[in-house]
Amino acid sequence: MEYISQIAFLLVLAIAIFFLTRRIRTIKNNIQLGRKADRSDNKPERWKNTFLIALGQKKMFKKPIPAFLHLLIYGGFLIINLEVLEFIIDGIAGTHRIFAPALGSFYTVAINVFEFLAVAVLFSCVVFLIRRNVLKVDRFKPLAGWPKLDANLILVIEIILMLAILTMNATDQLLQGRDEHYIQTGSFFFSSFLIPLFENMSISTLVFVERFAWWFHIIGILAFAVYVTYSKHLHIFMAFPNTYYSRVEPKGKMKNMNDVTTEVKSMLGIDTGATSGEPPAEVARLGAKDANDLEWVSLMGAYACTECGRCTAECPANITGKKLSPRKVMMDTRDRIDEMGKNIKMGKPAEEGNPLFSDSYITDEEINACTSCNACVEACPVNINPLDIILQGRRFKAMEESSSPQSWNAMFQNIETSFAPWKFPPTDRFNWAKKLTEEK
Amino acid sequence: MSDITYKVPTMQEMSGKGESPEVLFWVGCAGSFDDRYKAVTIAFTKILNKVGINFAVLGPEESCTGDPARRAGNEFLFQMQAMSNIQVLNGYNVKKIVTACPHCFNTLKNEYPELGGNYEVIHHSTFLQQLINDGKITLKGGGEYKGKKITFHDSCYLGRANGVYEAPRDVIKALDAELVEMKRCKTKGLCCGAGGAQMFKDAEPGRKEVNIERTEEALDTGAEVIAAGCPFCMTMMSDGVKNKEKESSVKVLDLAELIAKNEGL
Ligand code: SF4
Ligand code: SF4
Repeated sequence: MEYISQIAFLLVLAIAIFFLTRRIRTIKNNIQLGRKADRSDNKPERWKNTFLIALGQKKMFKKPIPAFLHLLIYGGFLIINLEVLEFIIDGIAGTHRIFAPALGSFYTVAINVFEFLAVAVLFSCVVFLIRRNVLKVDRFKPLAGWPKLDANLILVIEIILMLAILTMNATDQLLQGRDEHYIQTGSFFFSSFLIPLFENMSISTLVFVERFAWWFHIIGILAFAVYVTYSKHLHIFMAFPNTYYSRVEPKGKMKNMNDVTTEVKSMLGIDTGATSGEPPAEVARLGAKDANDLEWVSLMGAYACTECGRCTAECPANITGKKLSPRKVMMDTRDRIDEMGKNIKMGKPAEEGNPLFSDSYITDEEINACTSCNACVEACPVNINPLDIILQGRRFKAMEESSSPQSWNAMFQNIETSFAPWKFPPTDRFNWAKKLTEEK
Repeated sequence: MSDITYKVPTMQEMSGKGESPEVLFWVGCAGSFDDRYKAVTIAFTKILNKVGINFAVLGPEESCTGDPARRAGNEFLFQMQAMSNIQVLNGYNVKKIVTACPHCFNTLKNEYPELGGNYEVIHHSTFLQQLINDGKITLKGGGEYKGKKITFHDSCYLGRANGVYEAPRDVIKALDAELVEMKRCKTKGLCCGAGGAQMFKDAEPGRKEVNIERTEEALDTGAEVIAAGCPFCMTMMSDGVKNKEKESSVKVLDLAELIAKNEGL
């Protein structure tokens, strides 16, 4: 009988770990559906980015107020979760506040710090809920359905989890006063404000409330961990690898297509250095038709996206009312890659359903509207690159489908025949100088 | 007005004489064919002449870098263009290139190396900044732009794409002008709407044209001159100013034109 709570705890833990590892494996497999991308260059720069942008949240501080509140949640949540370690040990060993005797007065200080952070998290979550639902900040407006619910849910869950911690500490303090079996921890500043709520309860009710809050918090945290992996809140983890693997070259540089280089060189009769007789490597699809034609880094970006809309708010096409939204590009990519992963699990071909670049996801109208201005890339707090995806889509349209807009096809033709995007006779190219050299 | 005879030597002439220039001026398609931008090409050439830079152009041997083809998705065409340009450039053993087009600048600097073209490439804003810093251009105090409000419109391919924000601003400040910034500037600068091959097609349906949005922002600064450093921005901003019927009070000028005018060239 006395082991029952420990067994129950182990069971809960096992279930959480099961779901968590299963989901992580799925995400990993989904990301690996993407094409290879070599990001082994410039490691120092990559670590610097990870440190400043992911850990230091440098790009968030372009908007100082949300950045500060976000920092409270992020820091608070990370540090408070140190307490989860104690929860887990207590849960398995059947102990109560196992660190308290060993840490002595330091324990009191630590819990007080955690409580302060819990209140800070609570406060920030409330402000964020207000920003989203009452003030209706522009960049959140286009979100509807699940993305909107997801954003609100997470904030509400965090508030409830923080309340659970404070309730637990408040009742625990009361119990310490009434029952000498309880480990004496000293008083906790923030939760003591809640004491009046529980003061008149009997010991057995207090024990129940304290235990309920304990279980609620730990189950909540574990459920939250699983939930996060299905939600935009995956950015908590993905921000780090995503920043590390983001491009460190000048933003204007487009990735060279080496398959095309080989072909162009042989067309121009330039020695490719390839030994003759070697069978030409199978040329993959040019550009991207579907999510698995994108590089794995782009797919990882899709899972790292927090749907914050900072990219879309800076996008010149979107600002002026065009359909293009870089946030939607990332969300579509994630939805499609999730769908492709499900196809595989069900034993179907991955490509079943509508491809990423089709009317079901990212349309021609959207990719054609992009000015490749890099504002979205610059704006993204976790260094996601929606532009890369858009340009891969354009490559497929231009080279595999020949379905670029009419005027682009005309421009291509001008370059081919007149070596300029406009139709001028190439012999006129140097005419500008005539006027000048005749001038005195 | 001035007593210099302007010269525009070509690489072919130079190499015929066994000479090689210090720097190649890459004119670009807009600089060669677009009426408005030809004036910028001429202004920059005049400055090069005046300062006595040993330069040359490719002239009829130049051809599109392939940038618009690449951004529109046609990698084949881009690489065909790039490789034939690289053959010409390498044939003349070109080491250093200056250009007044951020798109050519980006492509030559960042994208040609992988295809065998390695050059030191600079944008004319940086080139002008260096000439000013080296004292080769000494701007007469009390010039045409002294105290005038000038705003600079960041070209995406110069700014965000390559991190050049200060050079054009230094050039404007050297004119003794008052540099005023738009609400969205530098890393947050708003595109003129022409990048990514948009120059060569109509915009998709929307509420507004991007260049109108940007022009309104530029006009809000109260500047008399909108300075630019890119042929496409030049077109878009000029069209915007025209659309707002402000041509008589607000001029859209390139950095080279500002310097040339100030110098009476
Ligand atoms: S690069 Fe394209 S998608 Fe990104 S902000 Fe610019 S126009 Fe929008
Ligand atoms: S791509 Fe980046 S900026 Fe855009 S919504 Fe996602 S996280 Fe936010």
